[in-house]
Amino acid sequence: MPMPPEPMRHFQLNGRDCAVPAADHALLLETLRETLGLTGTKQGCDGGECGACTVLIDGVARLACLTRTGECEGRTVETIEGQGVAGRLGRLQRAFHEKLGAQCGYCTPGMIMAAEGLLRRNRSPDEAAIRAALAGNLCRCTGYVKIIEAVLAAAADG
Amino acid sequence: MRNERTVVGRPTPLIDGIEKVRGEARYTEDLPAANALVGRILRSPVAHGRIVAVHTGRARALAGVRAVVTGEDCPHGYGVLPIAMNEFPLARGRVRYRGEPVAAVAAQDAATAAAALELIELEIEELPAYFTAEAARAADAVALHDDRPGNIEREVHHEFGDPAAGFAAADLVREGVYRCAEVAHGQMERNAAHAAFDPERTQLTLWSTTQVPYYVHMMLARTLGLEASRIRVIKPFVGGGFGARVEVLNFELIAALLARAAGGTVRLALSREESFLTHRGRPQTEVRLRLGMARDGRLTACAAEVVQRGGAFAGYGVVTILYAGALLQGLYALPALRYDGWRVYANLPPCGAMRGHGTVDVRFAFESLLDTMAAELGLDPFAVRRANLLAAPTQTMNGLRVESYGLAECLERVERASGWRERRGRLGPGRGLGMACSHYVSGAAKPIHWTGEPHAVVHLRLDFDGGITLLTGAADIGQGSSTVLAQAAAEVLGVHLDRIRVIAADSALTPKDNGSYSSRVTFMVGNASIDAARQLRAKLVAAAAARLGVAETEIEAEAEQFRHVNDGRTLSFAEAAQAALAREAGALTVKGSFTCPVEFQGGGHRGGAVGATMGFSYAAQVVEVAVDEATGAVAVEQVWVAQDCGFAINPLAVEGQIQGAVWMGMGQALGEETRYDEGLAMHASFLDYRVPTIMDSPPVAVQIVESIDPNGPFGAKEASEGALASFPPAFAAAIADAIGLRLDELPVTPDRLTEALAQRKRAERLARSRERAA
Repeated sequence: MPMPPEPMRHFQLNGRDCAVPAADHALLLETLRETLGLTGTKQGCDGGECGACTVLIDGVARLACLTRTGECEGRTVETIEGQGVAGRLGRLQRAFHEKLGAQCGYCTPGMIMAAEGLLRRNRSPDEAAIRAALAGNLCRCTGYVKIIEAVLAAAADG
Repeated sequence: MRNERTVVGRPTPLIDGIEKVRGEARYTEDLPAANALVGRILRSPVAHGRIVAVHTGRARALAGVRAVVTGEDCPHGYGVLPIAMNEFPLARGRVRYRGEPVAAVAAQDAATAAAALELIELEIEELPAYFTAEAARAADAVALHDDRPGNIEREVHHEFGDPAAGFAAADLVREGVYRCAEVAHGQMERNAAHAAFDPERTQLTLWSTTQVPYYVHMMLARTLGLEASRIRVIKPFVGGGFGARVEVLNFELIAALLARAAGGTVRLALSREESFLTHRGRPQTEVRLRLGMARDGRLTACAAEVVQRGGAFAGYGVVTILYAGALLQGLYALPALRYDGWRVYANLPPCGAMRGHGTVDVRFAFESLLDTMAAELGLDPFAVRRANLLAAPTQTMNGLRVESYGLAECLERVERASGWRERRGRLGPGRGLGMACSHYVSGAAKPIHWTGEPHAVVHLRLDFDGGITLLTGAADIGQGSSTVLAQAAAEVLGVHLDRIRVIAADSALTPKDNGSYSSRVTFMVGNASIDAARQLRAKLVAAAAARLGVAETEIEAEAEQFRHVNDGRTLSFAEAAQAALAREAGALTVKGSFTCPVEFQGGGHRGGAVGATMGFSYAAQVVEVAVDEATGAVAVEQVWVAQDCGFAINPLAVEGQIQGAVWMGMGQALGEETRYDEGLAMHASFLDYRVPTIMDSPPVAVQIVESIDPNGPFGAKEASEGALASFPPAFAAAIADAIGLRLDELPVTPDRLTEALAQRKRAERLARSRERAA
C-alpha cells in the first residue's frame, strides 16, 4: 500500500529557508537528524529527560525531542550548526572550547543552545540565572563547574 | 635539553574540542546510515528461566525483515576476563535477568523492526530468581551458573601481617557495617553500534561506543568465528564512558551478528532504558569493617568483609572483589590486614567497572570508621590521617609499590583552602565540614591478556608536508587522552602542538591499545608517546646535523628550529624534515612503546596483580554541607579538593577531570541508586535515576599537587578517578559535623536521613523515659 506523501513544512533553519517533508507525528529531532542530516543536535534519553536536544525556536530554548516538526511552520529554528560566524566559533562555542565546558561533548550542543537562549534574554546573567537556565540540561563529565565558567566568559565577551 | 617546557604543563583546550562545540563531532548514532537496516533487541521478560523455545518464524516472514538472530546463531561465550567468559551475545538455554537479550532483528525501518519483535514468541520455564546477595547465597538456591554452586563467583581470603596481634595492641577497636547502593554510569551518549558486513570479502567493520576497541575486536573474532584480519573496529567520538564501556557489551556483538546474517549494514541504537539495562555499574556492596587504632591515631590492624552483588554474569567481577581488598592498602601505612570478599551472582543486570573501580565503597567504610574513631580519641580528622602517612618509596604488604606520594601536601592544601581550622564548628546550626582521602591506580600494571606485547605502542609518522601524525589505539572518550599524547610528543620534538594531528582507535590504522580503563592511558600511552617522539627527534637531529655538516651533539632542537649551538646556523622544521625524509628513504614512521616492568606487576599471592600499578594518585577533600532537618535534604555548598596527579600535563583537563570525579562521587552520595522490583529495573531513565543537575552542584575548587612520579611521563600519574572515592565519606562526615548523626548507608537520600533522625529522636525519648523511671 503506498504511503501518503508527507506534508512539506516550511521554517527558517539557521537563517535559511527550509522546506522539509515531515509527517504529523514527526519530531523535530528526527527531522533534523534523519531527514536533514544535522546530527549536531543530540538525543541522550528516551524523551524529555536530559536536554541534549535543546534548540532555539523563535529564539527560545526548546527540546527538539518534544516538539513536532509541524509546530515549527513559519517559525525560526536554530541549532548548534548555526552558531558560528563565517566558520569562526560563536562566543559560547569559543568559551566552551577554551574553558573546557565540553569534555565528551555529548551534552554540549544542547548546553550551548540553552545558554544562547539565556543570553538572548539576559545579556549579563549571574550564576544563579545560568543555573536556572541550564537546570534541564544534564552533563555527566564536568560537574557543571566549567560550564558555568564558560557561560560567564561568553557573556562577558558580549 | 631545554630547561623550560613549552607544551606540557600548560592549560590546553582539547585538540578535538572544536568539533564538539560546533556539533560536527560524529558519535556512533551520527554516522551516515542511508542504507542501514535498523536493529532491535528482544529482551527477556523474566528474571530467571529455562529457554524452552524461541519461535521466530512469523517475524522472519514479515515483509521488510532482513535478519533474525537468536542464541542458536552464536555458540561462543565471551567475557572480559579469560577465566570468566560465561556470557553469550544472545541468551542460550537460560535467561538470567530481566532485560537480557534473547533475540534480535534487522529490518528496513524502525517500525518494521518493532513489529517483528512483537511476532517473536518466547517459551520460558521460570526458575527461582534472586535479587539480593543473601537470597542468592541461601543453601537451597538454584545456581545461576552450573560451575558456581552457592552463586559465589569469587571468594577472596587474604591476610597480611598479623591482624590478631594488631588488634590486641590497639587502644581502640571499633567495627562498623556500611552499605552502598548499586549505581550506574549514566554516560550521556546511549549505547550504539554500527556494523557493516561485506559477504563478498567476508569483512566486518564495526563502529561502537566503546572504551576498549581492541577487546571488542578480539571478542568479535571469537563470537563470530572470524579471522581477526577480517575485522576492523573504529571508535568514533564517544559520549562518556566512566567504565561502562571497558568490556565488550552484548549489543556490539549482536549488531555484528545481525549485519552478517543480513549481509549488510545495521545500526543498533539502544534506548536510554536499554542502556541502563546493559548496565555494568558499581555493585551493591556491604562492608563490615574493623579497625584497630593506637591512642595517637596510628592504625594497628584492619579487617574487612565485603559482599558485592554482581548481577547475572561475570564481567569484571573477579577484579572488582580483588580491588576492594587490594586498595585498602596503598593510601595509609597499614601494618596488618585481613580481607574476606565474596562476589555473588544474582538475577539482575551484570555489574562491572565504574570510575574508582573497586575502591569507592570500601573507602567510604574505611574513612567513615577512621573519622568516627578519631573523634572518639579526641583527634582531628586531619591529624588521624597524618598519623598514618606512608613514606615513599615503599612497598605495601600486598606488594603494591608506592614511588611518589603527595598525600601530605594534599592534606595541607585542602586544610588551608577550606579554612578548616578557623571555620569547623563555627558554621552555625545545620552546617558542617567533613574531610576524607582516597587514591587510585595509574593503570593496572598487569594486562588482562598476557600476550608478551608491550602495554602501549604509539606510531609517529612524518611525510612530505611536514605534518606529524600520531597514531594510537587509545580511546579518547572525552577525558582528553588524544590531547595529552599530542602534548607529550610535541614537547619532546620541540614543535607546536598544532603540528601534530592524532588518529586514534581504528584497528586498521592504529597500533593496538588495551583501552581506556584503570586510568592507564596518560601513564602508559603517554610514556610510549615520549618514546616515539625521542626516536623521531633523533632522526631529525641526525639529518639536520648531516645537512649542516656538524655532529649531532651540536644540534639544539626547539621551537621548530634545529640550530647549531656554536655558529647559530639554523634549519627550519620543514628543512630538517625534508633532510630526514631524504636520508631515511622517504616517509618516516617511528614506533614508541611502554611496558610496566614485572616488579610493578603485584604480589605473588593469588589475585596479587589486581591493584598493582606504577603510580598511585592521591586525593584529599573537604566538603561543606547544609542539612535541612525538616525535609532531610542535604545541600553540598562547596568542595575543596587536592589531588596529587604527579605532574599535570594538561592542567585544564586535570582540573576538569578532578571536578567531574568529585561530582560523580557526589551523585553516589546524594541520591543515585538503581532500584529493581522483582528484577524489573525501576530506575531506567534520567527521571528515575537522578544524577545531580546544575542546581544541585557546588563549586569544586581544585588544587593540583605535583609529586613528580619517577616513572610517569614528565612525572604524571592519573587524574580522573582518584578524587571520586573521598567524596562520599567526606560528605557523611560533614553531615555528622552538622547534625551529629553519621549515616553509614549510601545514598543519603532525604528518606534515609529523615528516618535516621526519627530513629535518633525515638532513642532519645526512650533514654529519657528510662531515666525518669530510674
